[in-house]
Amino acid sequence: MTDIFKLLKGDGSEKQPVIVQGITGKFGTRHTKLMMEYGTNIVAGVTPGKGGQKFENSVPIYETMKEAVDATGSKISIMFVPAKFFLGAAKDALEAGIKLLIAIPEHVPVQDAMKAIEVAKQKNAIMIGPNTPGVMIPELIKIGIMPASPFKFGNIAVLSKSGTLLYEIGNNLSTSGFGQCITLGIGGDPINGTRLIDAFDMVKDYPDLEGIVVVGEIGGEAEEVFAQKVIDENFKKPIVAYVAGRKAPKEKRMGHAGAIVMGNYGSAESKIEMFSKANIPVAKRPAEVPILLAGKMEKK
Amino acid sequence: MRLLEYQAKELFKEYGIRIPDSIATKDIESGRKAAEKIGYPFVIKAQVPVGGRGKAGGIQKCHNQDEFELKYPEVLNMAIKGEKTRAILLEKMSEYEKEIYLSLFLNRSKRCYTIISSAEGGVEIESVKDQVIQEVGLGEVTEKVAKEVGEKIGLAENSIPHFVEILQKLSKLTVEKEAELTEINPLVILKDGSMMALDGKMMTDDNSNFRHKELAKYQEKTELEKKAEESGFSLVELDGNIAVIGNGAGLVMSTLDMLTDSGGKAACFLDVGGTATTESVYEALTLISKMKNVKAVLVNLYGGIVKTTIVASAFLKAYDEKVIVLPVFARLMGAESEKSKEMLKDSETKLSPSIEEAINNVVMEVNK
Repeated sequence: MTDIFKLLKGDGSEKQPVIVQGITGKFGTRHTKLMMEYGTNIVAGVTPGKGGQKFENSVPIYETMKEAVDATGSKISIMFVPAKFFLGAAKDALEAGIKLLIAIPEHVPVQDAMKAIEVAKQKNAIMIGPNTPGVMIPELIKIGIMPASPFKFGNIAVLSKSGTLLYEIGNNLSTSGFGQCITLGIGGDPINGTRLIDAFDMVKDYPDLEGIVVVGEIGGEAEEVFAQKVIDENFKKPIVAYVAGRKAPKEKRMGHAGAIVMGNYGSAESKIEMFSKANIPVAKRPAEVPILLAGKMEKK
Repeated sequence: MRLLEYQAKELFKEYGIRIPDSIATKDIESGRKAAEKIGYPFVIKAQVPVGGRGKAGGIQKCHNQDEFELKYPEVLNMAIKGEKTRAILLEKMSEYEKEIYLSLFLNRSKRCYTIISSAEGGVEIESVKDQVIQEVGLGEVTEKVAKEVGEKIGLAENSIPHFVEILQKLSKLTVEKEAELTEINPLVILKDGSMMALDGKMMTDDNSNFRHKELAKYQEKTELEKKAEESGFSLVELDGNIAVIGNGAGLVMSTLDMLTDSGGKAACFLDVGGTATTESVYEALTLISKMKNVKAVLVNLYGGIVKTTIVASAFLKAYDEKVIVLPVFARLMGAESEKSKEMLKDSETKLSPSIEEAINNVVMEVNK
């Protein structure tokens, strides 16, 4: 498995260069500025038809990812393109040698996501998303659309299907003294480039890791599979979970394409039951997450 | 989107999967005409986007016109698990030897399509012990794989070629229409070993709708849902009396959970999305003002990239123009929340420092 911490931090001597796909769109422009303000080293943008121009008079824009990667040597890309251009943009990035692709677009068709994942596997690359808020190491690098203020550096990993709940719970953790070593958005789609179990594999051996917070929601079985993996691997560090959608009606999509219960498949009950088998407490409210985490830390 | 049985069967037919003679009808007049064409006896089947209709009385046999005249209106006026009957399918009764189960679904954790089949059909698949499960990548099913599945569920030799044909057609349908689930339950085996789909269920990927104009006719949306979609919101109408608004699907679900835990009943789930503007929030308030049965509004916002002041402005505008007359209980957190609290302090909006407190207040309000 490609080491995500190494990709995000490099050898520590300088900040890792990041390319933005769709840098000139309204959304892309806004978030590129915010990422730069946070200190992320944006070195190039890609917008077909605008090659040769400069973003904010400083960041060069290229026609293709190949040109951008050849010019900068970057291994990380963040994508802001309309959903229907996602697959083309993902292939463009992965074939150019990108090893960490953050796919922000929402409403990507499932079959396109599956095809992009196939390419990522062949290239031994990580794709996070689609429909992810991104990934960050607080106070070091932010590759995504999350606000800066909720997150503080520390030793807790937060893995979340939801964007705003990640901010809310991140804020609850930060104000309770639990900083984060990484916060990663899995995404609310049925098919994720980085699944909850993949994200677990990425963070579980991080030496300073003190605990994991999983923010799940109804739909699919990512939480159940994650809990089973925790049991199988006998992982001992504290984990606390939250599951949104306990009271949502069945067979209705609740905002996220993936947030739907079919029969018992994807139900909150099923997830909570598996978490409890894995000895992972589940918060009833977002505000309860740091309380449960503190409890777990004491018992350790 | 979730297709109704008759819609799924229309697609089955288009792809060459055999179905019984049937006609979908929406009123008793067209029902009578269909009854003449089909001929007694037949079954009438409530078309609802939810499972379990058989147990709820949504499937009835009609042996003659008297029975039909009695049962048709009964089934048409029925609601099953809160879902009103959308149409009634009249279907010729079929004689068959055996019921089996067959589906193709998107396996989210394995990120591939998966065949599920069983020698036991006509019951909920979750309750069936002997299932054959076969992963098939992006959904293509080869003849070899289809044959193996047929053999594993113990089909007679004369049925295998029919099963292979149906499974391959089902696979083509699933991939081409970008379905997350296509299910035939039961798939029945006739005397001569051939097969027919007695029921059909399909769930397609809404995110691929733009590539499937041919499915647009199956799209079922209320006026409010259409308006919400135009404004870029997610709206799910529910049967309570407190409208729930927030930004982000997870946060709104979480608010709905906590509200229900405290004894409140949500009238809707409304996610204004991660890119809310003053206009879009104003639009959301307008939508809610048009919903019936709403007695109060609960707002939960975590301002990040979207500043809470944007939302506060929308509220002030909505009060100004008398769009909201309902009591509003809100919790505003995150970016510029102090400023927005200042903006709203003389308005009708009751602000709470925590969502828990806002929920207690709104529940008290609707119960007073």
